[in-house]
Amino acid sequence: MSVMKRMSMIFKSKANRALDRMEDPRETLDYSYQRQLEMLQKVRRGVADVATSRKRLELQIQQLEQQQNKLTDQGKKALQVGREDLAREALTRRAALDAQLADLRTQYQNLQGEEEKLTLASQRLQAKVDAFRTRKETIKATYTAAEAQTKINEAFSGISEEMGDVGLAIQRAEEKTETMKARAGAIDELLASGALEDFSGPRDDIQAELDRLGSTTGVDLELERMKAELGQAPTPKQLDAGSPTAQPQQAPQQQAAPRDGSWPQQPGGAQ
Amino acid sequence: MIVRIMGEGQLDLASADLTALNKLDDQVEAAIEAGDEARFRAALHDLLDNVRQMGRPLPADSLEPSELILPPADSAMDEVRRMLGDEGLIPD
Repeated sequence: MSVMKRMSMIFKSKANRALDRMEDPRETLDYSYQRQLEMLQKVRRGVADVATSRKRLELQIQQLEQQQNKLTDQGKKALQVGREDLAREALTRRAALDAQLADLRTQYQNLQGEEEKLTLASQRLQAKVDAFRTRKETIKATYTAAEAQTKINEAFSGISEEMGDVGLAIQRAEEKTETMKARAGAIDELLASGALEDFSGPRDDIQAELDRLGSTTGVDLELERMKAELGQAPTPKQLDAGSPTAQPQQAPQQQAAPRDGSWPQQPGGAQ
Repeated sequence: MIVRIMGEGQLDLASADLTALNKLDDQVEAAIEAGDEARFRAALHDLLDNVRQMGRPLPADSLEPSELILPPADSAMDEVRRMLGDEGLIPD
């Protein structure tokens, strides 16, 4: 009866030590009941903490997913206008996000499991605390102090085992959420510092380049059309069949475009 | 005979099932002694699965103490070692 037996001995000795500290058995009952109520509070706080961490993760996952989709779209658009370098850049950035997301999703599942476990533990403890309260009142009303001792020991060892179990479950959940919080904090910082926003926020360099290309493509198409009208030979440059027929927007920036694929130092001149 | 799986609750088992559990329990112990994490996990999961299969869950409001107590399913070997070493891992 090795591991199983030794574990139960540990619990029993803890319960006995707690009982030995009490002078009057009735005092034991009330004191223990107070401790149980405290433990219930603690486990409920534990559930709330885990839920908070889980929601925070959920939010981060959503944010990263949005960026992932955006980069995918940008990659497609870039390819449509024949800029493989831009598309490659977008996909490279997306790959970094993919790894981040996979990790977050795993953590999210862990937290969900933890939350479920603690919720159930809290329900079990609540049921036992209620049963203990009933038993406590019965013992107080029915038995003399001397007689009560055995009854108290019986009730006490069961509930104290539960308390030890729940206590450890809370500790383990806390350790897990602490680790999560640290990681979530790091991601929040990344999001805040713009390391991620950079290319998906308003000052998005890939998007700026695509917008510029969109407008120049529009201009190119317009030129082709005019040349055709005037009966001039079309320029050899062929656009992709599925190229966007971008209406020349209120061109955000009409700087001379670097045609060598170099990146604009300052994305987006006019906001 | 009442068995507790930590983090899951208590189950009632027939004493006849104890023989099978003891064998599995020995394997858990052997794995801890050998310091073999993978073997420990496999043995622990075997043991817990068997208890879950054979046992009948006790009602949540029962105040019965357990005769046997098993570590949580997701415990690492080191954690169980510390529990057995009675270094106060289980809170008072």
